[in-house]
Amino acid sequence: MNAITTPNWVQICALDDIPPLGSRVLQRESGNVAIFRTADDSVFALLDRCPHKGGPLSQGIVHGAAVTCPLHSWNIDLASGEARATDVGCARRFAAKVEAGLVFVALH
Amino acid sequence: MSKPKLVVIGNGMAGIRTLEELLQLAPDQYDITVFGAEPHPNYNRILLSPVLAGEQAFDDIILNPLSWYADHGITLHLGKTVTQIDRRNRVVRAADGTEAAYDRLLLATGSSPFILPVPGKDLRGVISYRDIFDTETMIATAQLKQHAVVIGGGLLGLEAANGLKLRGMSVTVVHLGDWLLDKQLDIPAGKLLQASLEQRGLQFLLAHQTAEIAGNAAGEAVAVRFKNGTEIPADLVVMAVGIRPNQALAESAGLYCNRGIVVSDALQTFDPRIYAVGECVNHRGTAYGLVAPLFEMAKVCANHLAHLGIGQYKGSVLSTKLKVTGIDLFSAGDFMGCADSEDIVLSDPAGGVYKKLVIKDDQLVGACLYGDTTDGAWYFKLLKEGRKINDLRDHLMFGESSIGDAGTQGQNRAMAMQDSDEVCGCNGVCKGNIVKAIKDKGLFTVDDVKKHTKAASSCGSCTGLVEQILMNTLGSSFQETPKTKAVCGCTDHNHGDVRRVIREHHLLTHQAVYQFMEWRTPNGCATCRPAINYYLLSTWPKEAIDDPQSRFINERAHANIQKDGTFSVIPQMKGGVTNASELRRIADVADKYAIPMVKVTGGQRIDLLGVKKEDLVNVWADLGMQSGHAYGKSIRTVKTCVGSEFCRFGTQNSTQMGIDLETMLANMWSPHKVKLAVSGCPRNCAESGIKDVGIIAVDSGWELYVGGNGGIKTEVAQFLCKVKTAEEVKEYSGAFLQLYREEAYYLDRTVHYIARVGLDYIKARVVDDSANRKALHERLLFSLEGLRDPWAERIAGKQKHEFIPLKVLA
Ligand code: SRM
Ligand SMILES: Cc1cc2nc3c(=O)[nH]c(=O)nc-3n(C[C@H](O)[C@H](O)[C@H](O)COP(=O)(O)OP(=O)(O)OC[C@H]3O[C@@H](n4cnc5c(N)ncnc54)[C@H](O)[C@@H]3O)c2cc1C
Ligand code: SF4
Ligand code: FES
Repeated sequence: MNAITTPNWVQICALDDIPPLGSRVLQRESGNVAIFRTADDSVFALLDRCPHKGGPLSQGIVHGAAVTCPLHSWNIDLASGEARATDVGCARRFAAKVEAGLVFVALH
Repeated sequence: MSKPKLVVIGNGMAGIRTLEELLQLAPDQYDITVFGAEPHPNYNRILLSPVLAGEQAFDDIILNPLSWYADHGITLHLGKTVTQIDRRNRVVRAADGTEAAYDRLLLATGSSPFILPVPGKDLRGVISYRDIFDTETMIATAQLKQHAVVIGGGLLGLEAANGLKLRGMSVTVVHLGDWLLDKQLDIPAGKLLQASLEQRGLQFLLAHQTAEIAGNAAGEAVAVRFKNGTEIPADLVVMAVGIRPNQALAESAGLYCNRGIVVSDALQTFDPRIYAVGECVNHRGTAYGLVAPLFEMAKVCANHLAHLGIGQYKGSVLSTKLKVTGIDLFSAGDFMGCADSEDIVLSDPAGGVYKKLVIKDDQLVGACLYGDTTDGAWYFKLLKEGRKINDLRDHLMFGESSIGDAGTQGQNRAMAMQDSDEVCGCNGVCKGNIVKAIKDKGLFTVDDVKKHTKAASSCGSCTGLVEQILMNTLGSSFQETPKTKAVCGCTDHNHGDVRRVIREHHLLTHQAVYQFMEWRTPNGCATCRPAINYYLLSTWPKEAIDDPQSRFINERAHANIQKDGTFSVIPQMKGGVTNASELRRIADVADKYAIPMVKVTGGQRIDLLGVKKEDLVNVWADLGMQSGHAYGKSIRTVKTCVGSEFCRFGTQNSTQMGIDLETMLANMWSPHKVKLAVSGCPRNCAESGIKDVGIIAVDSGWELYVGGNGGIKTEVAQFLCKVKTAEEVKEYSGAFLQLYREEAYYLDRTVHYIARVGLDYIKARVVDDSANRKALHERLLFSLEGLRDPWAERIAGKQKHEFIPLKVLA
């Protein structure tokens, strides 16, 4: 790993602060980030804006490794941020990881 | 580890449809090899007729281009006919020696045209009408030759004749029967059809039996001779007198065949490794010749190939259309009628319209329409559902639009619509978008259209119109959406199955349901999870545990999400009654939290709109009022009017009745939202006629109405019964609502539930059977007892994390 690509990990919360198959919102000046937890305890982070009409993805139902936007039900893939077929669009993603029960997100 | 091998014999509509279904269910399960005798990828055989008529090109009708096979890693042997199935070694062999081993084999060999065994049948110029090759032959011949004779006045024969005529030949149709399409139409309709085809220049010889085809020295056909001694010139003879299932290959491998390869309801032949679908099979004694049943078979077969093993094919009811542009005919069921059936007939020969409906035992059993087929889909639906029609009888002939509310709106509109007319108001989809998607993407079902265009995927009120557009665009390759649909893409089970299994097996958790019912996804999706959550809670109150992650955000946050991500707050205001102190608190909250809008709702209460999520709990605490559940599939409001306390016409205290009902039903979850209203006299100022439960006070007591709906499609409530006392009002309404809670499918309002089970059933359970009514009412009270107001619970700290955002500290 070299210095340029090393992500700037920020500690956000404990894994248990996010319900399984649920999410929390991280409030930020430059746009909220939705942090999701799946059934197998993986975490993912996306900009909290649906590529469709900006719906808050953090408020959606999480299933498998996807979230359904609460406004018009687009399904967004958590790993890639891409809308699932047949919708087209992409939510910005941030790297996220769990270490020692703590959640880290790379916020630049 | 190598994958099991699946070999498909027959690269046609049924075989490839099965693969498509299979790839969706289990994309990587098999190594797949396909043999096709024709040198083309899978194409839409149905559309050969428009190609012959010059309305479409071959390229337009390819369903799966070669790249599709490559993308899915399918080995494709084009132009290779399989001649042997070696069941002992599980290998198939083609005529050129190509071999493929199989673990599972799928036969989809289709059928072959029947060739009349008359002298001259092998002459050049005598052909059938089945594939691209035949179609190309006809197109080429039409450029060189003059006289065409089509033997057979059925659907295929007429489509061939029409195409050849349009290509410039002089065409005579020879038919054994006394009228055209004698399997699809009755005599008057057949005669009307003949007249309009004659106007287009076709000639007909009915009741003529072909004896021989005469040839010249070069071995070319020149004339057709009949049993009665006459003859007509013929350079091209098209035989369209029926089809025979292609079973020879299966038979030679020792599989049991009898007018088709005999299969079970799982589409399995007598060898459990070998399945068969399409026109080559005989299922329960029937061999089908239209695609709709074949696609149903494909679905079931794919399910079994994917080892899900739950689908069953039970046979299909068919309907017919003729694909000759400008001629509308439709028939379905037993349209000839019999001794104990009756006919309703509308005949307008001058206008070219004829309609006949056959009714038996108060059900529509057959329909034959000529000239105006706009109601074909509706009749077909009534016929398949076997619905009693006594209530519709007087209007039946005039079509669905004459029924007003009972039908899906807009059925007749589809054809008259312009491409730019909007079909789906929710998603802004025009007719042109839908037609284009159907054509470009080869869509066949309403669900396909929903997925690709989003039309009918939101409020659903345009589904009927979309179905109609599909039908118009596809002709008879249209498939209706099955009535008992799967809950969602995660499963093939329908809502009825899920409800039953949860009850019978005492399932208490989501995971138990997904495992027991073999869900395809680990934890469902946004469609099934809320439904399962409701079924668990309503079936096992106080045992099953509510799962907040399976609730739509509104029910998780107990407020209604807005387009900008803020929420609205509607406190409970029982019966629409409030007081100065509540109003003062509402005003103070509006000021303190800078609430952008305060609005009186259509449900007689006050809405605070635009509240930030993190303020919700504090807003509720400051209001000191209970949740109005305006966000849930739950009890909403009980609207009331002033009633006998103040109004000069009031007969009973409707306001108090409303308050009592709202108190009784507080915190009630239900399949969809539930609204009630109580009016103090038949002037009905509380609009009881369009509520799930509507109550109208009269001098001698209370009238109860159920199943009203004022929303997407206005439905007037139906009279349930009349009772004397206020206690009875509560018991009867409670019992009705509990029945709905226990039996309705998720997202069905009471009107939809009643349409499914019938009002008579409701009356039998709620009105006539007093013991059952009391039991229902008690079960309702039991499941509501002890439920706390959700706002109070959250003020006390429940689900705290839901309302507190995270912050980056640094
Ligand atoms: C607030 C209110 C409009 C108003 O300002 O008056 C309202 C607002 C909404 N209605 Fe309504 N309905 C409101 C009274 C009605 C009424 C009138 C009534 O209740 O007497 C009806 C017709 C009566 C009926 O339901 O039979 C009504 C029929 C609908 C429907 C169609 C339901 C149907 O079965 O056809 C929907 C869609 C749905 O529920 O799926 C809907 C859905 C909605 C939603 C929840 C849409 C959504 O999911 O976001 C709206 C929330 C708006 C928001 O941004 O918060 N709303 N809605 C009314 C709240 C009443 C209350 O105090 O609880
Ligand atoms: C002109 C025309 C118009 C039609 N119009 C309509 C309509 O409007 N509505 C409707 O519902 N239906 C219509 N049909 C019927 C519809 O096309 C058939 O029901 C459907 O195509 C049957 O599908 P299948 O897969 O069973 O057979 P096919 O589509 O015939 O596929 C079978 C394939 O298997 C191949 N095959 C056979 N034996 C072997 C072998 N031993 N080895 C390798 N390959 C083999 C054949 O060459 C063929 O390609 C029409 C048919 C025709 C011909
Ligand atoms: S409040 Fe009701 S009618 Fe008005 S826009 Fe929203 S859903 Fe439609
Ligand atoms: S804003 Fe997300 S689906 Fe429309």
